[in-house]
Amino acid sequence: MTLILTLLIALVASALWAILTRSLLMSAIGLAIVSIILTALLFVLDAPLAAVFELSVCAGLITVIFVSTISLTKPVTRDELKQQTKNRIKRYWYLPVIVVALFILLGYNIVAPAPKFFGPYAELDVKNVIWKLRQTDMLGQIILILTGVFGVVVLFKEGFNNDK
Amino acid sequence: MINDSISMFWTFSIFIALLFVCGFYCLLVTRNFIRALIGLEILTKAVTLLVIIAGYTSNRLALAQSMAIMIIVVEAIVVATAAGIVFGVFKKIGSLNIAKLRNLKG
Repeated sequence: MTLILTLLIALVASALWAILTRSLLMSAIGLAIVSIILTALLFVLDAPLAAVFELSVCAGLITVIFVSTISLTKPVTRDELKQQTKNRIKRYWYLPVIVVALFILLGYNIVAPAPKFFGPYAELDVKNVIWKLRQTDMLGQIILILTGVFGVVVLFKEGFNNDK
Repeated sequence: MINDSISMFWTFSIFIALLFVCGFYCLLVTRNFIRALIGLEILTKAVTLLVIIAGYTSNRLALAQSMAIMIIVVEAIVVATAAGIVFGVFKKIGSLNIAKLRNLKG
């Protein structure tokens, strides 16, 4: 439990660092650290397949996408950053109120009742669940991947046409 | 055993709520495209963790894992397409500031 608590605290701390740091590149690296800590948590929770996916896709691929997007675009100047972040604490002073309200709701078991424990259960293997029980999901994933590929191709094609 | 996993679920849910608030805060405050995407990512990670801990608590981990994999695939596609859109918008308006996107404003 100590390990899990340490990992959870590190997860929230690195997420906070990712959103509060001024450099975009540091934000992307912070997000990768969040992914790595989440991977460790998934391993602890006996979900190795999801953990491997999280590590390879989220900590690897998505970080590469973010870093390449940041390097392809212009960095935000210091003045723009000051203008953007000038009033954010004043504007969002009510966020701690939301956090406290959320905790009170969680405490009263309103937001999300805890899932029931179903007891000993001869559960299917992950492979069986993915390939037999949730075959439609796999079809959906293939369609999603194709959608993403075509979306990116169309976007870049439009960009090339504008150059001409 | 049952009480242990239920108390673990509540411990996790507190931190998941905090992670959610981090993501929402990022989405609300920022005017930078890429940072908004990072906020969205943090929200998705909170959902992934919630699905896995719900599966762990209810003893349906294989099902939860398959759903988590689905979420991760969706997350990757959303980020790849959004990064393409960010790049396209940057080529059009020369800035990453969301406030400058006023071309579609009626």
